[in-house]
Amino acid sequence: MAIVETRKLTKVFKQGQPGAVNDVNLQTREGEFLVFLGPSGSGKTTLLRMIAGLETPTSGEILIGGNVVNHLPPRDRRIAMVFQSYALYPHLTVYQNIVFPLKAQKVKKELHKQKVDWATSLLGIGRLLDRKPRELSGGERQRVALARAMVREPSVFLLDEPLSNLDAKLRASAREELEQFQKRVGTTTIYVTHDQVEAMAMGDRVVVLHQGFVRQIGTPQEVYDEPADTFVATFLGSPPMNLLEANEVIIGFRPERFLPSGLVARSGSSEEIANKMKTEHFLLADVGKRVPLRFHVEYVEYLGAERLVYGALEGGRFSGKAAVSRIPSGVTEKYEANSVYDFIVPEGELKFFDRTTEKRVAPKAIQWQ
Amino acid sequence: MVAGTARRIFGSLVHALVLISFAVLLAFPFYWMLITTFKTTNDLYNLQNNPFKFNEKPTLEHLHLLFHDTLYLRWVGNTVFVGAVVVLITLLLAVPAAYALARLTGRWGERLGIGIFLTYLVPPTLLFIPLARLVAILGLQDSLWSLIVVYPSFTVPFSIWLLMGFFKSIPRELEDAAMVDGLTRFGAFVRLVVPISVSGILTVVIFSFTLVTQEFVYALTFISSEAHQMVGVGVPIFLVRGDVYYWGSLMAACLITSLPIALLYNVFLDRFIAGFTVGAVK
Amino acid sequence: MMFLPAIIYVLAVVGVPFVLAFIYSVGDVKIASVGYHYVGLANFRSVVQSPTFRRSLYDSIIFTVGTQVVVLVGSTILSLALKDKFTGRGFIRFLILLPWVAPVSLGTIGWKWILDSIYSVINWVLIALHLVKPFDAPMWLGEPTLAMISVIGVESWRLLPFSTVILLAGLTAIPRDIPEAAAVDGAGFWRTLFQITIPMILPIVNVAILFGVIFVFTDMTVVYILTRGGPYDTTQVLPSLAFFTGILGSDLAEGAAISIFLVPILVAVAYFMLRVASRAEVG
Repeated sequence: MAIVETRKLTKVFKQGQPGAVNDVNLQTREGEFLVFLGPSGSGKTTLLRMIAGLETPTSGEILIGGNVVNHLPPRDRRIAMVFQSYALYPHLTVYQNIVFPLKAQKVKKELHKQKVDWATSLLGIGRLLDRKPRELSGGERQRVALARAMVREPSVFLLDEPLSNLDAKLRASAREELEQFQKRVGTTTIYVTHDQVEAMAMGDRVVVLHQGFVRQIGTPQEVYDEPADTFVATFLGSPPMNLLEANEVIIGFRPERFLPSGLVARSGSSEEIANKMKTEHFLLADVGKRVPLRFHVEYVEYLGAERLVYGALEGGRFSGKAAVSRIPSGVTEKYEANSVYDFIVPEGELKFFDRTTEKRVAPKAIQWQ
Repeated sequence: MVAGTARRIFGSLVHALVLISFAVLLAFPFYWMLITTFKTTNDLYNLQNNPFKFNEKPTLEHLHLLFHDTLYLRWVGNTVFVGAVVVLITLLLAVPAAYALARLTGRWGERLGIGIFLTYLVPPTLLFIPLARLVAILGLQDSLWSLIVVYPSFTVPFSIWLLMGFFKSIPRELEDAAMVDGLTRFGAFVRLVVPISVSGILTVVIFSFTLVTQEFVYALTFISSEAHQMVGVGVPIFLVRGDVYYWGSLMAACLITSLPIALLYNVFLDRFIAGFTVGAVK
Repeated sequence: MMFLPAIIYVLAVVGVPFVLAFIYSVGDVKIASVGYHYVGLANFRSVVQSPTFRRSLYDSIIFTVGTQVVVLVGSTILSLALKDKFTGRGFIRFLILLPWVAPVSLGTIGWKWILDSIYSVINWVLIALHLVKPFDAPMWLGEPTLAMISVIGVESWRLLPFSTVILLAGLTAIPRDIPEAAAVDGAGFWRTLFQITIPMILPIVNVAILFGVIFVFTDMTVVYILTRGGPYDTTQVLPSLAFFTGILGSDLAEGAAISIFLVPILVAVAYFMLRVASRAEVG
């Protein structure tokens, strides 16, 4: 039985305007960490707020624990939510904040302290109990918000961009902490973010949303390696997938798969290559059939662990089309602006999309010249 | 499903009921003024009549009396005159002061600003006795000029406070840029800061004017002759002849005077309230 | 130093009379006299011994406290009802604001007609509903308790919109997340109201109370127009007594002495106001 399920869930804020959420069908799996990923305006927060009961669906159903909850107020849905701003009650102490849901749910008084202790020790905030929210750091606030969410042992956690108010450094550690916490508690969690790194790092599965439509649901690896359409292909990955428009299809390939031909081993010489490139990106030695492309370099960005080489294809059918290559820093060869190099893409790495629907289609034979 | 819907309907019903009862309670006197204005005297004074409806034909007799046989229009004129001069004085005093205080570095600007704001709280009922004597000594008793001298004492502090907020929201770099571009500080103030704050200045104009029309205590104290009255005192005090209240004309005067002032005030009220709540919100 | 003219003016027109009020209260000035003799606390002694003064002080407190209670309860309810957007909100808001934005003396005279001893529309309704007998209708402004209730009612009517708008500013400053978090946490309407909303707007409620106290305690317009302090000085408040004594009675010194009794309240309010302001600076 799915903890949370939506059936044809739709939200239209203003009649006549495109919906914020359109016909969304999804099911969470027991104990999983499900991420809603999309750019701003993609409907991910609206979707979450409908599940929480803070927004009324225009049509469709929401099920929690197998029961339709459309008509239930948030307090009767056995959910807990962490807001983007954390929404800690500013006039209450940390203890009073955490105990608030227990009081509101009329949990027996004797159990209050025990439950608060359990939640605070799990999150390591026992010493903060007498402080007011304004005296806490960003990371501490997040933990208090989590404690407040978990103290009533909900059947599902809803997290709305809880890391977006933290600075970059804190964010990485908070991300890891949150992930560990979820694994330990084992409660089904829905997490909303616009940050693909967060989504990839934390999610068991990722729901990619765009303009209120679900574009793809899958594991981080699936959505990255096998994007369902050109939106997913370009939204995930930085820099995004290179796209070339042929007559009937769009051909896509990842920048890290578009490499100088000298760097891609031919069959059997994998050891050489492995030695040559001690990098985070591991290239298969035997790439099968190769597509050679002449690459006119325009400029190079040095990013430490890698180089991004920007330029345009030269000669052949796609002459003049822009492309990017991502070369690990282990490679020492120079690539200079206004020079032309021989690059290749392994044919197996090419993704094909329909030109009109932009959906993924089966590989086709392509005329490159 | 049914329970949730019923609850929601009940909730909006209570909501509507609360709003309507408050609106009726608060606006009722003005509705009553309207009814009274157009009722014949007979109708008004017949206890057998239902006071909520016109038992006799509506009449313009009270309006006629008000405009032709009383000094009502004169009082309105007096009020507009005093209001206009006070607005002018207020702008001349408050705009530069607010600008200087907003740009004063450190906490002194803020403190001086709060100090000035507090003087707004010193009520006329504390000051009217000494002021009455000062007015007498200056030979201004029963002259509109006594009000013109005194009224800025409450329009200026509040205006400074409001304008300080406006000026503070203009980034200093903007002026610096203008000065780099060749303007003097004064030039930057006149050509840049004032035009940007035009809505703030307009707010001050409206408020100063409405505050003048609402004032009662000073006008009652300083002005004695009927011809020099302000409308806020003239109507409730001088439209009563001895013990005879001309209720029709009285209510007509109240309504005709109140509505334009209320409309004007209403438009700018949010800014006025923002002035009161600075610091307490957040 | 562009603020100097304004400061000099304010000092001259507020500061000087403020000081003069104290000087007069220990002197023997009359409205037309020129001389001044120091008489010590004689004025205060005579004022404090006068039963009228004691009655006024008492009335002032009843008047102020009564009005504050009515206004606070009313404006809390009203501001909550006005918080969310709904169709017609602008118009309802205009109606609700009328008492505050219209000149106070004119609104009050409207009430004087509504509360008239013979032609009161309220009495007509009460009689029509058979709640009172025609020959025994209440004299709203002629009977001490009713007169006090009437002035408190009209002053509350006048102040309610102001207080409502201030509270509304406080309510709209609460981030939308907070009541939503309370809803998810399981709080219903009343719990959210009393444990979240009201505690959060408490600082701004304080502001409304501070201004309310000043406005009501120092106001004489409503009393002056409705009852002139009557019947038998039972609605006389300090400001109106100061006016009758100092201006109409030409005894400036004693009038000044009476109005000096407004100062402690002013000082207290100013003190709390500064605390609110400084707390805002820190937070």
